[in-house]
Amino acid sequence: MALVRVNPYILGLSKLLREIIILKKYVAAFPVMHEWALAEGVISTAQKYAKDNGLTKVTEVIVMIGELQQVEHEIIEFALDQLRTPFMKDTKFVIKSKAAKFKCRKCSHEWNFKTGKLSEDVSEAIHFVPEMAHVYIKCPNCGSPDFDVPEGRGVWLQSIKGIKE
Amino acid sequence: MSDPRLIIIPERFKNVKNIIAVSSGKGGVGKSMISVSLTLALRDKGYSVGLLDLDFTSPSTHLILGVQGLYPTEEKGITPPITDGIHYMSIVHYSLDNPTPLRGADQSDAIIELLAITRWETLDYLIIDMPPGLGDATLDMLRLIPRINFLVVSTPSVLAFESVKKLLTLLIEQGIPIKGVIENMVLTTSIYIKQEVEKMNLTYLTAIYFDNELEAAIGYPNKLISTQFHNRIVEISGKI
Repeated sequence: MALVRVNPYILGLSKLLREIIILKKYVAAFPVMHEWALAEGVISTAQKYAKDNGLTKVTEVIVMIGELQQVEHEIIEFALDQLRTPFMKDTKFVIKSKAAKFKCRKCSHEWNFKTGKLSEDVSEAIHFVPEMAHVYIKCPNCGSPDFDVPEGRGVWLQSIKGIKE
Repeated sequence: MSDPRLIIIPERFKNVKNIIAVSSGKGGVGKSMISVSLTLALRDKGYSVGLLDLDFTSPSTHLILGVQGLYPTEEKGITPPITDGIHYMSIVHYSLDNPTPLRGADQSDAIIELLAITRWETLDYLIIDMPPGLGDATLDMLRLIPRINFLVVSTPSVLAFESVKKLLTLLIEQGIPIKGVIENMVLTTSIYIKQEVEKMNLTYLTAIYFDNELEAAIGYPNKLISTQFHNRIVEISGKI
């Protein structure tokens, strides 16, 4: 994923100009991202849940994003906003992160995910298919690829709030 | 709460007319070679075709096709690259030639992720090269893929067919359509597998004799399509 980050504050631009640059950057970059596919899943699942439970309006959806998948919050927010159905016209989407943790099945060592140590290609492979972590990451204690990811994998819905008539 | 990937998987296959999983209860019976050969045969009949390699721990269709360095494009998901006229998706796009040591639950998660984000173009046929057995991949396919059909591969061995019979029984019990059974790697003519398949009221598609030329065709689709092996696959491609 090649989303180039520009820090407009360093450039010393006015607030308005900064906002225009950020908006342009996202409009150009967002529609091609694979986060769109995940956002479609969030919208469809929320829609089905609301229907199944007799909600006439969805007021809030809390989406959890595991750190391992390195999903960009702004991109998923943008995609969710674009994919809103009339049912979710005023829904507040809250995006929360969950830190990724690893636990070795061989030696029980526990450690945290550090993206900084991964090459861009590896980061990208894990971004698309998080289980690629087992291909590229080894237990720092014993070198085993047989580890569990008890927290911080993937994208999931934590809660949906709505109004019942 | 709900996994948001599950609900969109059927949507991802809406443009695919026919989905055929090439499967077996046993490993090493030639599923990958048959998957590639069948995809090429259907392509040469003028159909638009895709190939999905779901054998995550031992992918090999890329070796048969002789491709490397392919990478999907990102377009509101990922779009499989095209090679030899085939829309081609494999975990090797991401794992390269590294070992992929995945436990069952992780394999399942990887399959779900890939199915949820892969956007297939309009296809007449999507051929899926399945991992052997009745594990997570097979159960996920039965659970998640609408309109899936199975093409089952056995060898003449009694041992192979015992495992194949378990897969066939499961598919029959679950009401999954079975295109038929191919008996592969035949050395001497025998009616054992044919009789067993027909006892189950299933279609015995063909016997494919062991082809000494096949090994040299690995990595060269143009050589593969001139083998006796491929000729038999071309014949059965008209029956499925």
